Amino acid sequence: MISFENVSKWYGAHQCLADINATVNSGEVVVVCGPSGSGKTTLIRTINRLEPIQGGRIVVNGQDVHSSATDLNRLRSGIGFVFQQFNLFPHMSVIDNIILAPRKLRGLSREAASEAARKLLARVGLADKANSYPGQLSGGQSQRVAIARALAMDPPIILFDEPTSALDPEMVGEVLSVIKDLAHSGITMMCVTHEMGFAREVADRIWFMDRGTILEDAPPSEFFSRPNHPRAQRFLSELRH
Amino acid sequence: MMGYSLDFTAVLAGEHLKWLLSGIQVTAELFAGAWALALLLAVVLIVLRNTGLRPAHWFVTTYVEVHQNVPLLVQVLFWYFAVPELLPAPAQIWLNEHNSEFILALLALSFCIAAYMSEALRSGLRAIPPTQYEASRALGFGYLSTMRYVILPQAARLSLPPLINYTLLLFKNTSIAMAIGVHELTYQSRQIENDTFRTFEVFAVATAIYLLSSFAIMALGALYERRAGLQAR
Amino acid sequence: MLQILRDNWVLFLIGQYPAGPLGGLSATVLIAVLGLGLSFPCALLLGLGRISPFRSIRAVTAIIVHTVRGTPFLMVIFWSYFALPIIIGHPIAGFPTLVGALVIYESAYLAEIVRSGIEALPKGQIEAARSLGLNYRQAMMSVVLPQALYNSLPTMMSQFVSLIKETSLGYVISVNEFTFAAAQVNSRLLTKPVQVFSILALTYFLLCFALTQSARAVERHIARRRREDPAVIRPLESFVVEPAP
Repeated sequence: MISFENVSKWYGAHQCLADINATVNSGEVVVVCGPSGSGKTTLIRTINRLEPIQGGRIVVNGQDVHSSATDLNRLRSGIGFVFQQFNLFPHMSVIDNIILAPRKLRGLSREAASEAARKLLARVGLADKANSYPGQLSGGQSQRVAIARALAMDPPIILFDEPTSALDPEMVGEVLSVIKDLAHSGITMMCVTHEMGFAREVADRIWFMDRGTILEDAPPSEFFSRPNHPRAQRFLSELRH
Repeated sequence: MMGYSLDFTAVLAGEHLKWLLSGIQVTAELFAGAWALALLLAVVLIVLRNTGLRPAHWFVTTYVEVHQNVPLLVQVLFWYFAVPELLPAPAQIWLNEHNSEFILALLALSFCIAAYMSEALRSGLRAIPPTQYEASRALGFGYLSTMRYVILPQAARLSLPPLINYTLLLFKNTSIAMAIGVHELTYQSRQIENDTFRTFEVFAVATAIYLLSSFAIMALGALYERRAGLQAR
Repeated sequence: MLQILRDNWVLFLIGQYPAGPLGGLSATVLIAVLGLGLSFPCALLLGLGRISPFRSIRAVTAIIVHTVRGTPFLMVIFWSYFALPIIIGHPIAGFPTLVGALVIYESAYLAEIVRSGIEALPKGQIEAARSLGLNYRQAMMSVVLPQALYNSLPTMMSQFVSLIKETSLGYVISVNEFTFAAAQVNSRLLTKPVQVFSILALTYFLLCFALTQSARAVERHIARRRREDPAVIRPLESFVVEPAP
């Protein structure tokens, strides 16, 4: 579903992605972790071309993401993206945030789109907040709305860029439980996160990154008990303390 | 526009060139004089305001609001038509003998821009922590000395970007002086246009001069900003 | 002074109308409103051009904006008044000339306000919009511009105050607006310049001051809304100061 072929990226002289080769299969849940500066956020942002790449190819559903021949907007509407800072549109109500893409891109009527949106809101536990504005929501609620918004176009793939890192600790749980439900629904998911307990529960595979390369690519059972790379071992042991 | 060929020589030759140059000179003098006076007035205003005394505060606030909310042209007309009436007779005579248009235009411009400059200094002052005042007073400096040696130099550095902007505005607004007959650049370009009917060429030259001068002021300003260490922050 | 006002208030307010075109304070307000209304769409186009993804558009709009902003408004008026009729082939009256000059001049200034409003928006907003699959136009119209223009409202209001002040330069090309009307009254009365020009200045002051205070109130309201919004990260804004004419 998502494949990285010899992907490299530089910020000026600094190489943030070094010859990445990896695949995410349809229906899989992949969690990406690693120390800061490892390139994990950059990696996930290259999938929908929020960041450009200088070398290699990224193929999503048979389409080359970074080729100029690709209809980028169409591609993006098929990929859900959830940001660390939520990035809800503050001048629109919650329901308007969610129905924006279905209305503009699929031409759905307000009623049809709103109906589907309410179901999504119910799924993330915020059915009563449809007419509220982002400014009235807590961080956890905002992020759940962001997830609903990302699901509005019914994408086969959803990407999470550190979805709980900007939240107060007591709200992390509510967002993680929504993501866990989603993971069990069969959607293809990639999630960059520091929440290792979550990773252990839902991931099919864990990618450990450091300095622009994927050092470990293993299912949780292997990764947590017998990591191969010394850097990964150090990372895990530091987590435990 | 058929059959109209551009001819810059009519504009840039002989008599007309002299007019043009004299216009540039008057503009430059008006600008320099008004700028210096405006800065001085702005400092006075800010020192007054900063004393914390109620009447001073009220005076400065009113001064600023009046000069910012009345069109500059109206202020110039007021200075030219109304102010001389309010002066004692000897002052009026002196003015009439000494190029009253220029002087009154200069005063009008500087009093107006001083209001803006004082606001720029004010925001610069706001950014200075109160500990600076305390330290200076603790050393034994009185209010005026504190302002002069410690506070204003720092405020000036912080206020540089808007001050440069108002300097540019002042420069462009010297053109308004032509409304009361000051022979500055815009006035002279009108004169030349009247004489030669080379409308495009004259205005193009005048506009180019204004643009180049604006550019020069901005470049100087940027240079000064860098030297004042603003970039280093 | 009151006597002068009582005798001449008609001239001040509406000029020679109906014996001539609309003048005085009414003309000033009309010119200002027309100027603002017509320059706003131009400013939007110019502002969007300044941040266009195409380098050629960015360059052209930058040149236009910087040239207009570097030229004194009086020169812009003269260009419109003397040069434009030559291009078009027949003379243009003072009133439309003034409005035209205002539109050109103000578009450049408003364009910069639009541009900085857009650039002040957190990058995450446009990223979120594009990530949903919206194209550039859809993202601009639905997400970026509504927020950017709302946030720029105080600055635009104070630019409107500048516009009103700029209308006074119609005096130089004999457009019968408020300043010109006052000058007419003054030349008729001859011995009362202090009173006449005080009336002139005071009226402008009341009008512009009221608008400036409204702009500041709007700014406080917007700032309060921002502070109450936990999801929004915004840069600090400066207080509203309107530029010189």
